[in-house]
Amino acid sequence: MTSVLQAQALGKRYGKRWALRECTIDIPAGHVVGLVGPNGAGKTTLLKLAGGQLEPTTGGINVLGGRPGGTPAQLARVGFVAQDTPVYAGLTVADHLRLGARLNQRWDAAMARERIAQLGLVPNHRAGKLSGGQRAQLALTLGLAKRPELLILDEPVASLDPLARREFLQGLTEAAVAHKLSVLLSSHLVSDLERICDYVIVLVDSRVHLAGKVGRLLAAHHRLTGPRRDPDRLPADQHVISASHTERQSTYVIRTDAPIHDPAWTVTQLSLEDLVLAYMDKRTAENRRAVLEVRR
Amino acid sequence: MIWLTWRQFRGSATMMAAVLVVLVAALVLTGPNLASDYAAGIADCTPDNTCLDFFDRFFGEYDIPFLALTLVVLILPALIGLFWGAPLITRELEAGTHLLVWNQSVTRGRWLAVKLGLTGLVAMAAAGVCGLAVTWWSDPLDRSAVPEMAQMAPVVFGARGIAPMGYAAFAFVLGVTVGMLVRRTLPAMALTLAVFAAIQIAMPLLVRPHLMPPVTGTFELGRENVDGLGAPRGGSLQIFLRTSAVPGHAGAWVLSSKLVDPSGRTISSGDGSSGPSSTIPRAVPVSTTSGPCSPQGLPAGGA
Repeated sequence: MTSVLQAQALGKRYGKRWALRECTIDIPAGHVVGLVGPNGAGKTTLLKLAGGQLEPTTGGINVLGGRPGGTPAQLARVGFVAQDTPVYAGLTVADHLRLGARLNQRWDAAMARERIAQLGLVPNHRAGKLSGGQRAQLALTLGLAKRPELLILDEPVASLDPLARREFLQGLTEAAVAHKLSVLLSSHLVSDLERICDYVIVLVDSRVHLAGKVGRLLAAHHRLTGPRRDPDRLPADQHVISASHTERQSTYVIRTDAPIHDPAWTVTQLSLEDLVLAYMDKRTAENRRAVLEVRR
Repeated sequence: MIWLTWRQFRGSATMMAAVLVVLVAALVLTGPNLASDYAAGIADCTPDNTCLDFFDRFFGEYDIPFLALTLVVLILPALIGLFWGAPLITRELEAGTHLLVWNQSVTRGRWLAVKLGLTGLVAMAAAGVCGLAVTWWSDPLDRSAVPEMAQMAPVVFGARGIAPMGYAAFAFVLGVTVGMLVRRTLPAMALTLAVFAAIQIAMPLLVRPHLMPPVTGTFELGRENVDGLGAPRGGSLQIFLRTSAVPGHAGAWVLSSKLVDPSGRTISSGDGSSGPSSTIPRAVPVSTTSGPCSPQGLPAGGA
């Protein structure tokens, strides 16, 4: 299977601050990929590097086998819906479709018109008068109708209400299936992604902490609850992701490929949200420890 | 890309076109009349050699529209830089729409080239039409203008011929550049206006005099370059010079002038009065209390 996005030791620095560091990932084609992380973790930077709007400071990035953003041909293969789904406020919905038709060789006019009609958007309404959800749908239509192989969306639902959010993600999923496209979308809310993603990347503090297929990740991670126990006494093939202890009880999130036989543990399945939070938490736990050590 | 640029730009382009149509129509309607007045006046004055009087009268009659039109041509490039240049890229950056358009199948280079090229050319064309129409209309007035409003004068030069096109191109590029540096439309517009105004003032004062080596010449005092004589009681004789006027060289731009006596010595360079301003009193050390210039020395019945 081919890759939609390959990054080797990719890094981007703004002045002295690294927005993204040592990012090495290889995303296979045909997935809906969720990029999760807290605000300011570097999600937008990674997506803009993939869209070719930013040049990497270090390392390299390859999207669909080409350098991002360089040529019209490469631009045609990648759709990009930017954060806050910008549209031209002064232009009408129909103008936006004409814009897409003029600026894209592979434009699918019939599909765009059909989608607009389905969504109930009035072609001669100004885009500036649309609601947030309608605007997002218009931006998505522009992204889809250029017939990309990879569609990148940066926090597309961040400003939408729950209902519009669900409609948008549903439309996105249907389109991804119908046109066999790979989708890469970011969000700081795992619940948005849980419904539609089958591949997840967790980005915390400008580094990639986890990347993989959702099914496989969920199968390899477990929550263990049982009598209090030190992490050193866990088997070597069980990597602790997060741990919390009360006086008598320990709760671990571990990663292992081997089955867990220890009868002392109650083993429970993790949801994607639990898993992502465990990885985000792991990071903050390490930070907290570092701070404590400094204070001592 | 041309379609999108035009679609975004057509509103202000149409407005500009409407204003220009009104202006040009007004000039076309009044221009021939002005030219025929001028021709008739010249025909009248040439036999009895009173053309200088005719020029004064003719220019005095039309100096307000003349100045107003000159001002319009000078301001137009500033407006272009302000309203077309500064927001061109900045507004996209503010609204985030650059991310929408950069992700269509058009490279950023082409996007920028088309935007700059199309808008810039329209800007130059508008300023060109305006400048040439006003130049055509003002032709009789330019011929009869007082020396300090002659074609080479700082205020008028920038409003004649193709100079406005150059200023428009400059103001447009200045607006775009300032906009991209400031990244906020309103402050960028204000800054563009300030910088453009400063440059329009600095160019004729500091740069233009040095573009060509000036020519120096000596001319006799005569009707064209002397405004009058005055003799305050008890003081020395005052000669009011029109330092911008050079006999036989109408329209020359005078950078500096001084009064010399027949042997070539400077009589009075005076109190910073060497600049190219209009009428400057020069004190000539001639006694007005005795000698031929005193009231007693005047011939009987003299004025």
